[in-house]
This record gives sequence, C-alpha cells and structure tokens, in this order.
Amino acid sequence: MNEHTTPEPQPAVQLYPLGDAAVVIEFGKSISPATHERVQAFCNRLEQQPFVGLVEYVPAFTTVTVYYDPWRLRQQAATPYDAVLQQLEQLLRRTSIATEKPAPRVVEIPVCYGGAYGPDLDWLSKHLSLLPEQVIALHAAPQYLVYMIGFAPGFPYLGGLDAQLTAPRKAQPRPLVPAGAVGIAGQQTGVYPLATPGGWQLIGRTPLRLFRPEAEVPSLLQAGDRVRFVPISAAEYQRLQQHEL
Amino acid sequence: MSFSILSPGLLTTVQDLGRVGYQKQGIIVSGAMDATALRLANLLVGNPENTAGLELTLLGPKIRFETDQLIALAGADLSPAVDGEPVRMWRPVLVRAGAVLSFGAPRAGSRAYLAIAGGLALPPVLGSRSTYLRAGLGGLQGRALRKGDAVPCAKPNARAAKLMRVLATNADALGRRWAEAAWAPDPALLPRHESSLEIRATTGPEYHLFSAESQGHLWEQEYSLSTESDRMGYRLLGPQLVLENPQELLSSAVTFGTVQVPAGGLPIVLMADHQTTGGYPRIAQIITADLARLAQLPLGGKIRFREVTLAEAQQLYLQHEQQVRALREGIHLKLQHP
Repeated sequence: MNEHTTPEPQPAVQLYPLGDAAVVIEFGKSISPATHERVQAFCNRLEQQPFVGLVEYVPAFTTVTVYYDPWRLRQQAATPYDAVLQQLEQLLRRTSIATEKPAPRVVEIPVCYGGAYGPDLDWLSKHLSLLPEQVIALHAAPQYLVYMIGFAPGFPYLGGLDAQLTAPRKAQPRPLVPAGAVGIAGQQTGVYPLATPGGWQLIGRTPLRLFRPEAEVPSLLQAGDRVRFVPISAAEYQRLQQHEL
Repeated sequence: MSFSILSPGLLTTVQDLGRVGYQKQGIIVSGAMDATALRLANLLVGNPENTAGLELTLLGPKIRFETDQLIALAGADLSPAVDGEPVRMWRPVLVRAGAVLSFGAPRAGSRAYLAIAGGLALPPVLGSRSTYLRAGLGGLQGRALRKGDAVPCAKPNARAAKLMRVLATNADALGRRWAEAAWAPDPALLPRHESSLEIRATTGPEYHLFSAESQGHLWEQEYSLSTESDRMGYRLLGPQLVLENPQELLSSAVTFGTVQVPAGGLPIVLMADHQTTGGYPRIAQIITADLARLAQLPLGGKIRFREVTLAEAQQLYLQHEQQVRALREGIHLKLQHP
C-alpha cells in the first residue's frame, strides 16, 4: 500500500471457528495487496505476542487460521473458544499496519528458461503469439508477491503475473515434474519445490532448493516475501546446482 | 538395541504426535492417525506420550527383537502373537532377544500402534519423528519400513527397566521369550472399534453455501468409507452434496477432520496427512474427540454424522482429554509398583 495516498476503507474483520481447536480470522473477501498487508501485520503481531495455548497459525490469501489447545485455555472463559476470541480481539486491536510492517525481503530466483529446463516454452510462445525471449522477459520483469505457502512444502502462491502470459494447464498432467520447475497455469506462476505430478506449462527451472528440510526455516520463501526471477544460462544453472548440492 | 523387520506388512511407518509449527511453510502435520492409541501405548511402557512408535495398517509386520524390550500394542486388534502365541493388547509385554512379533487377521479397527520403552533412536526432523512419505521426511529415511530394516531403539527409562526385570523372571519361569504384565487399564475406559459409527461434527465455514437438501443429507443419510482412502483423506460414498450457487473459493487452511466437498459432490474427510490449505468448500468439521474412532473405521465401514454445537464439541474435547489423563495417572501408579 502506498502510504502517501488515502488507504481504501477495509472490510471489518470476521472471526469464525474451524472446528473445536482452530479459529479463522478473515480480513477480506478477495485477493489484494491491501488485504495481504493486514494478514501479514497480524501474523507479525502473533509472532511477537504468542498467547498461552497458541499452537500455530497459517496465513492464506485473505485469512489467518489460528490453531489452539483447548485444554490449556479451559479455565480462562466459559469455553476455550471464548478464551481464544478474547486473546485474538485484543491482538487485533493492537495491530496496526504502519508499525507492524518490516521491510519486505526480496528473493532472487535464478531460472534457466527453455530447452530441457523449460520444455513447454516453445509451445507457450506459439500459443501466446510471442517470441520465447518475450515470454522470458515478461516473466522475469515483475516483482512478485508471495501471498501464501501451501499445497506442498515451500510452494509459493505468487501474485503479479503479467496478464499476457495467461495460459491453460496441460490437457494431460506430467506424471513427474522435477523439483525446481517453474511453470504457468491460468493467471498463476510458481515453482515446484518437490518432484510431483503436475499440469503446469513448464518454462524453466531453478537450481535453488525451495524446500530445505535440514534448515531451521525449511521453506526458502515465506508469505510476504517478494520474488524476482533472474534468467541464467545452462552453464550458470549447472554451476549453481553444484553449489546448492 | 534394535529390532529387525522380517516382513513389512501393508504400511508400517514411524509416527509420533506430529510435526507442529510448520504448516505456514506448507509442511503437513502427519502423526498418528489414532493419536489416543499411540499415547496410551507409550504410557503403558513408561514413555512420554509423544514418543515415536510404529503405526501398523491392517496387515501387520513381522518383527524380531534383537535385544530385550518392553513393548505395548494399542489401537486396532490385528491378532498379535509373540513366537506364535497370542499376546494381549493394551498392556506392557516383555519380549526377550530373539522373540518374534507377528500379526494375523484384522479383528477390529484398522491401525495398531507399537510402542517400545525408550522409543526409537531416530533423528527428529523439524521437531518430529513422524514419517511424511510424499516429502520423504522423518521416520526411517522418510519412508515406510521394509524387509531387512534394523530400527535402532533408545534405552528404556528406570520405570520401564524395573518392570522388565519383574517380567523377565516370569518369562523364565514360563520357559518362553515373553511375558505380559498382570495388569491392564479398565477395558471400559478403552476405545472399542466398530464398523458402523456415529461421528459428531460441527458445521464448517462454508456450510451455509450448501443447498438445504444437501445440508439435510449430511445429517440424515449414511455414508460409507471408500477403498480410495488413505492417511491423507477418507473419501466417502453416499448422497451427493452440492452448493446452492456453485462458486470458486480462495484457498485457506484445512485441518484434521475437515469435511471438504469437491465439485463431484462426494465428501472427503481430511486425515493426519492432510495438506495445509485447500480451496474446496468445508461443509463440516469432525470433533477432535471422535477423530481416533474415525481413524479406526475399516474400508467400507458406515458413518452417520450428528451435529453438535461448538460448545458441546469443546466440552467433549475436554472430557476426552480428562479420560486420557486419568488413565495416565493410573498407569503411572502401576509402573511405580510393578
């Protein structure tokens, strides 16, 4: 959000249960950078002031889901849910975007586009009536926003793909997409952290490991990060891959 | 100290109570499907409840103990035997070096838990020893156990060692390589595994988006467990559930017991290996106190859902927890005076 303009009025926060040990805090109904900032600000507040009984939290596009331990909250209010609502409402009152906003981290992801690294680049170029170099330039131009991590360990949901690159999923998903594959599906782009089946159009591959189980923070990307794709040569890919291994 | 896998069974994995705290990074919780059974199995051998044990699925493995061990089996009755003789579940059992634990036909339930005093000497990954098969994380090299695996065990604590000495005398007197403890928890306090269940649930965040007819089906009709069910999710067969106005939803968190309904209309209950987020409408959420019973439902088993309020669900959660804690107290006392 640009701080020099008047912020648009934000919808009221809604809280509702997800069963007997989780509560959803909904900051909006649609994907937007402004809603994302509120989600991030609240997550930062939870990190700074975890309450007794907090188990973990999961940010998504417009929501933060907070998991809690009803046993630890059993004596604090009429029900554990009431107790957790009291805690969350207090935290929500104390959360202000201006003070909770750390400078975003920009992560550069080197990508070798085309050839064996991006087997669908040529098909995609023809489908979009663009030159392969134009597809690469359009894909590597924006600074993407990591809205959430989900689906698989370290898998980022990115916002900011150029509308010109919108492409359908493959009619037949590949039985195995290699880890590091960079693809496009619909209006989304992303990187597969693990080798899995997948139907995205693969335009390149990164030697970076997005999922590092041995690390204290195993996901390279976190919600709120910014991402830039940086084109590299096959030789550079090989060199970096040696380094990553 | 170790045991060897002579045959692996259908799906035998290392599980504890799960990998908590990493869902925001897309890393699933995993852990025992029937957490209550694993907790009790651990308590019976003097372990902390969150110690890693083995989860055995339907057809159990064949295991040879290379050193004397104190073990306990809980959860499904898969006809366990030591050296070919039936052995009782839900109680501590000493197995001496060379003894072989095997299983026969599943009698009730789907998943049994084997706890070993001292636990498994495997490195925790992100705070848990649970096996997450798809990412190859945790357990033994991130995979299910195989024939020929040697699983290292840690040393039993003083409580367990004391009971082992008593039981070793009994085993020797009986002239065999195993002996059961003379005591066990009151059977009335232990779960029973049935093939037809009433499962209690609260309404999910998208319940109101379903047609009135579908809402009625959920509470009034019977569903059965499809054979295409696994640790990630239980697919249910029965009347289709449809949205009043079909619409695309944004992905948001899902959890153990979330009942999702994809466009096809047949519900899926997310289980221990559930993904962290999902975009299908969540019609209901099974109460935590009933998840262990659901985890034991056999394929083809029947489910009827019964609606409870959130306040009731939380009351049942606390009651269930109270019951496990009462059992823990009783078992602790027994272990102090074997």
